[in-house]
Amino acid sequence: MQAKVAVVRFPGSNCDLDAVSALRTFRNVEADLVWHEEPSIGEYDAIVLPGGFSFGDYLRAGAIAARSPALRRVRESAERGTPILGICNGFQILIEAGLLPGSLLRNNSLRFVCKWVTIRVENDSTSFTRGMRKGQVLRIPIAHNEGRFYTSERELRELSDAGQAVFRYSDERGRPTPSANPTGTLDGIAGVCNRAGNVVGLMPHPERATEPILSPFGSADGSLIFRSMLESI
Amino acid sequence: MQRPQVFMVRVVVSNRDGAGDPEGDTIYRDLVSKSGFKQVKGIRTGKFLKVSVEAPDAASAKTLVSKMCDELRIYNPAAHSITVEV
Repeated sequence: MQAKVAVVRFPGSNCDLDAVSALRTFRNVEADLVWHEEPSIGEYDAIVLPGGFSFGDYLRAGAIAARSPALRRVRESAERGTPILGICNGFQILIEAGLLPGSLLRNNSLRFVCKWVTIRVENDSTSFTRGMRKGQVLRIPIAHNEGRFYTSERELRELSDAGQAVFRYSDERGRPTPSANPTGTLDGIAGVCNRAGNVVGLMPHPERATEPILSPFGSADGSLIFRSMLESI
Repeated sequence: MQRPQVFMVRVVVSNRDGAGDPEGDTIYRDLVSKSGFKQVKGIRTGKFLKVSVEAPDAASAKTLVSKMCDELRIYNPAAHSITVEV
């Protein structure tokens, strides 16, 4: 079966072609670049919201795209159980649309942080992690200025108890040390999911870690996220 | 009934206390404190929106802007607090 996957392009998206290219490394995937106003977004087996600076990140990263017609369709698909992945700016959009909990604030360093990091899989039953095992460490790059996850203590407890903290920054051995936390993100959180587990957002870029030749570490760990998605369709 | 007028409504969005404010902290620590303004005890940054609203009176202008901020999520309630003033 060919899986049809939409990569939604907003004005200001800039990781959209990388995401399409990463998806096309899988033989059984038909990946389309879809303009955010296209009604066809709702007809896909899976949807990827890519990284970038949608609508110039004006007001707040992701806040304007969150109110675009695309997100109405994404919300309907999410309710039907369609796997939805938000990468970096896509994660910010899903949070601003209320499809994922919490907020993403400016990094504590006030710097755009661009580097390879390691993250630990905390929940291996979401639509994007079911091909992994809990505690597995992925090597993957980050590149963002507003990736410091924050929420109230109560909501943090609730989402942690519900397994919604999907990825945490860790060292190479999977230990969530303070020095492994690149942004000051709350509780080391690098990615979260909704209650159902079919909507996942993360700050790291799996599409930049799908071909070993493009990684200084020879990492293709990002492929595991897309492979899990395909298993969920 | 009063004729509609245009009111200027000021909206300030800032991080809640627990959410931290690295920009405000840096301005305070590395600029203000180091420049001798010892009476200043803290700085918080935020985002400022000046909204022109046609409304019959100031109170309804404020109510409309508050509603707009909630509905369009001009702020993220998970991290921000907001003040609305006419």
